[in-house]
Amino acid sequence: MSEAKQEFLERSKEFWNPDKTQFWQDVGVDLVIDRREEYFLYDLDGRRLIDMHLNGGTYNLGHRNAELIEVLNAGAKHFDMGNHHFPALARTALAEALAACTPPNLKYTMYGAGGAEAIDIALKSARNATGKRKIVSIIKAYHGHTGLAVKTGDERFSARFLSEDTIGEFIQVPHNDLEQMEDALRERDVAAVIMETIPATYGFPMPREGYLPAVKALCEKYGALYIADEVQTGLMRTGTMWAITRYGVEPDMIVTGKGITGGLYPISCCVASEEAGQWLKQDGFAHISTAGGAELGCVVAMKVLEILQRPTILSTVNYIADYLRAGLNEIQALYPDFFIGIRQNGLVMGLEFNDPEGAKPVMRQLYEHGVWAIFSTLDPRVLQFKPGVLASQALCEELLGYVEVAIGLAQAEVFGARQRRAG
Amino acid sequence: MELDFQKVIDISDTPVARRAQVDAVLERARWASQAFQRYDRDMTLAIAEAVADTAYEKAAEYGEWAVRETGFGVAEHKTIKNQLTSRTLFEHYRDHDFVNPRIDRARKLVEIPRPAGVIFALAPSTNPIATVNFKVLAALLTRNAIVLSPHPAARECCTDAAHTLARAAEAAGAPSGAIQVVTDPSIPLIEAFMRSEKTNVILATGGNAMVRAAYSSSNPAIGVGPGNAPAFVDATADLRSAARHLIESKSFDNSVLCTNESMVITLAQVDADLRKALQQAGAHLCSEEETAALRGYLFHSRGFNVEAIGRDARWIAEQAGFRIKPKASVLVTPVTKIGVAEPLSKEKLCPVMGYYVARSVTQAITQARALLRMSGAGHTAVIHSRDAATAMDYAAAVESCRVVVNAPASQGASGFATHLPPTFTVGTGFFGRSAIGDNIGPKHLIQWTRLAYNKDEAEEMGDYSALGPRFSGPIPPAPADGVPGSAAAPNVTRLPRAATPVTAEERAMREDIRRIIVEELRAVLRK
Ligand SMILES: Cc1ncc(COP(=O)(O)O)c(C=O)c1O
Repeated sequence: MSEAKQEFLERSKEFWNPDKTQFWQDVGVDLVIDRREEYFLYDLDGRRLIDMHLNGGTYNLGHRNAELIEVLNAGAKHFDMGNHHFPALARTALAEALAACTPPNLKYTMYGAGGAEAIDIALKSARNATGKRKIVSIIKAYHGHTGLAVKTGDERFSARFLSEDTIGEFIQVPHNDLEQMEDALRERDVAAVIMETIPATYGFPMPREGYLPAVKALCEKYGALYIADEVQTGLMRTGTMWAITRYGVEPDMIVTGKGITGGLYPISCCVASEEAGQWLKQDGFAHISTAGGAELGCVVAMKVLEILQRPTILSTVNYIADYLRAGLNEIQALYPDFFIGIRQNGLVMGLEFNDPEGAKPVMRQLYEHGVWAIFSTLDPRVLQFKPGVLASQALCEELLGYVEVAIGLAQAEVFGARQRRAG
Repeated sequence: MELDFQKVIDISDTPVARRAQVDAVLERARWASQAFQRYDRDMTLAIAEAVADTAYEKAAEYGEWAVRETGFGVAEHKTIKNQLTSRTLFEHYRDHDFVNPRIDRARKLVEIPRPAGVIFALAPSTNPIATVNFKVLAALLTRNAIVLSPHPAARECCTDAAHTLARAAEAAGAPSGAIQVVTDPSIPLIEAFMRSEKTNVILATGGNAMVRAAYSSSNPAIGVGPGNAPAFVDATADLRSAARHLIESKSFDNSVLCTNESMVITLAQVDADLRKALQQAGAHLCSEEETAALRGYLFHSRGFNVEAIGRDARWIAEQAGFRIKPKASVLVTPVTKIGVAEPLSKEKLCPVMGYYVARSVTQAITQARALLRMSGAGHTAVIHSRDAATAMDYAAAVESCRVVVNAPASQGASGFATHLPPTFTVGTGFFGRSAIGDNIGPKHLIQWTRLAYNKDEAEEMGDYSALGPRFSGPIPPAPADGVPGSAAAPNVTRLPRAATPVTAEERAMREDIRRIIVEELRAVLRK
């Protein structure tokens, strides 16, 4: 590590986040991201990394996508965030564009600045629309850290701040378990079920066939709304604009964030049905967010949606998904005892390793070889493997080469330790 | 209001947007080409045949459409060209192998075909569909991906044809995106395609400016420039048959093929008979006044009058102010000079053919060279003669990569009436400032990786007879877990062999060992 980096890390510990800064040093990832372009990150010390984390799909179209920068610059000659109290050209135009590319029952767009804020808006809207308070989510779900969103998630993130649910309003049920879902809904006192279409931070466990439509049917049966958190799974990452429609569900609300503005000017959106968004007719000032739907963000988001609907995209996404899967299958055949599972829907992929923390050595080895992919916080057996929708053939081929080597070394590391213990 | 807003954020006419469009198309083509290289010869031929059949079925429909859209040529003739460039072309190449390695035991060489990858192909307005058919089939036979860029004047028929062929290819199992088309071609966009490092080779057919731009793009380019074929009819020629070929070729598709005869050059002793034969075959022999009128109509100060391209003889005569018999299909304009002083010695993509009488064979050859100096160097020359020595003198002198003998040039140079390789892209070679002088075909879209053994006789060549690339076929679709009807996961999830829970002690030890291994690896990797 260079002296300059060392020095920087000290300052980072001093002024930003001592524990997080130290954590990465401890796990052997001494990354300080400097320059970035396409699907590459450059470390402060100059090393190039292929970005397979993409901040959960934020950089779906690549870092500093040239078209997005161009449109942001064009927009900045005319717009700023705008005044959130007034009808605004860009907010309305994006809302229209979203209505056009979401299921036909969805109509209004409510804006936030980050993903969690839009989740809170969705939960509040559901409570308003149903007159009920309870929210059902999935154990190990992750919807962000704002007031309501954090209560839907793992206590790891709420208890420290004394912000966990204490009055039984937030119920969590296991993924893929319809019985417990029905039990939670039976009393008809639930406002909404909120689901990541594929739970990201939990390592992308895949919904069983028929599970999500059945959950939606239960919602209808017991008068609850269905909120699809598409923050990580939306925006063509599964070969459809929203993963939820691929599973055959028309949700009452879709939440999107992260990649919707390509990592350049953050906003988030909750697209709601007329029913779910009825407060917008009752009292439009009931929820206010100055940066929510900042107009420059809307300008970028419109370009993102336009790019994602070009005729070449679907075929490219399929190629990336198929090619990487074929390559990963071959790698799996080399290390079948360690690399035990591939979870996949399109470019949403989780690689499962045979060790309670198995994704960490793989992450570290990949990092050593120039690839940045992150373990799943809530299931560290699983490595999140998230290529962008514009990834090139050359990039994917290069990537697979590193993955093969890294998994081999990680296996030696993990099994070597076991063997030495045995011997 | 709303309109203004859209304008503020419209970046579609910027280099950045063009670059993104180009990248998206070429990158998809790259994926397709990489997938295609996994296909074996049978799969490849099945795809090419399916596409050839579709193009054949659609030959008349697109022939008419092309004439309707461009105003150039004759629908029935375009139909013939579309047929030649579909089934006929496929049949010609059916037995060629562009997929498997060739073994040369005598020279201890093994040659493995390697496709170019992504081909960017221009299609001209004069032969739009025939060029599309030809280039698509050449690409498919060699397992390349192709991006077609039609001339704006033929955009609609070419786009539709390309989509039709792409559908046929994919239905027969071709990788998605192996055939793509630029639906909104513009000069800056085409230049961006040609300059992109994602383009492997450019197949340029079209105007001189476009071909030169292709060569200047910094990418490998196979370009063909204009033609201006001299047709020498010597005293030994069978005049009736020569006249028939000349008229047939010159009137074919109203002369939009660049392989057409531009100027008949003959000798005084057969002049009268040849004129008569030409008339009998369907020529209108222009008077001096008519020739002058045509000269004025066809050539302005800015060059050739594009309005006349691909029009029929009667229409052109009328525009020039005279009438001809309904049966006449070619206007023959006698000239006394060949060179800059006579505009009619330039290329004329319409059924107007110059006619020059030389005093000797030597002078005829000199004039043929002069004609090709005007334009069309390297492209096509013709001779009607029964004297091999004259044909040899002529061919060795003219700067043309092919000399068609006793056949119509339009079908002869392109290999449909001769044994030259059938093509719609005629290489003009060094004479025409091009790298390739052959009739362009599939073989120009692959190169060969050669395994070359030591000459030393002690070094024995291995046995390659049963070897070849791994043809694993199309990439199987990845499963979309939990999605109804998604591909069954070819997942090899195996039961964990040692999935016992890890103790704290074990974890600590493992950490230590990990650290040691990481240190070792770091040391190795940083060497
Ligand atoms: C599925 C999902 N929902 C919501 C969020 C919260 O988004 P933000 O961090 O922008 O608040 C995240 C962030 O990782 C997420 O992955």
